[in-house]
Amino acid sequence: MLIINQFIASYNYFIIIFLMIAGLYIVVARGNMIKKLIGLSVFQTSVYLLYISPGKIIGGTAPIINDSYTLYSNPLPHVLILTAIVVGIATLALGLSLTIRINEEFHTIEEDEIFNKEDL
Amino acid sequence: MILLTLMAIVVIGIIRFKNLFNVIILGSIYSFLMASILLVLDAVDVALTEASVGAGISTVLMLSALYLTKRNENPPIHNQIWPLLIALITGALLVFGTYGMPDFGIINTPIHNHVGGEYIARSISDTGIQNVVTSVLASYRGFDTLGEVTVIFTAAIGIIAILKKTKKKVK
Repeated sequence: MLIINQFIASYNYFIIIFLMIAGLYIVVARGNMIKKLIGLSVFQTSVYLLYISPGKIIGGTAPIINDSYTLYSNPLPHVLILTAIVVGIATLALGLSLTIRINEEFHTIEEDEIFNKEDL
Repeated sequence: MILLTLMAIVVIGIIRFKNLFNVIILGSIYSFLMASILLVLDAVDVALTEASVGAGISTVLMLSALYLTKRNENPPIHNQIWPLLIALITGALLVFGTYGMPDFGIINTPIHNHVGGEYIARSISDTGIQNVVTSVLASYRGFDTLGEVTVIFTAAIGIIAILKKTKKKVK
């Protein structure tokens, strides 16, 4: 029973870790550039959850000051992650434009085919 | 908890599918699930941003990039065991790390005992803004936001530089 309670209390961490290693696996194992970028954004969003989920207090509410509530969630992780989301979209856009450029140069977005063409 | 499990299932789908169009749509679904979870975790501002930026703009960007490149992914040629092994070892280390982490949703954790509570207590008297996230973002950590704007500006310059060069080549 204790083990089950412990599992439920840390369930968010287990899912975050699963998302993280799934993103890592996609980035390392797949050769397609767009798939790699999607893996990178999966990794990134798992970090959002890692930051936000410890800030939650059960019974608390969103950090907007109102007389009817006294217990609020921690606002600092929210601010940091707002910045991270915007930076993430900037890097994603830059990566996609590089992919388009690579496709124009090599006519493929597969990693191994690019290596083969470079050797010629 | 159900939402978290759904997210894990969607990610398995992202790994399995070879058609990149399917993968991008699954990525959009993933971002919406993420936004719902953030809403449950009381991070309303972050949920709004994630729904508009993660599920909206990034899906549009991905689809336009896909239109300019290829639709299908080749089956991977090199060995799949090493990446899986790396991922599993990293995962095992991280699971070991969760033993030191506090349980979900309790109040006496280190994260709640430092500046977070201070921001909530002082926001109204210092800035007069009711939404604490806004006051921290724009007032207490304003330089952070300035740095963020610089990053977006740099990325925009980079994209313009990369795509402009291609136009010359086409001509």
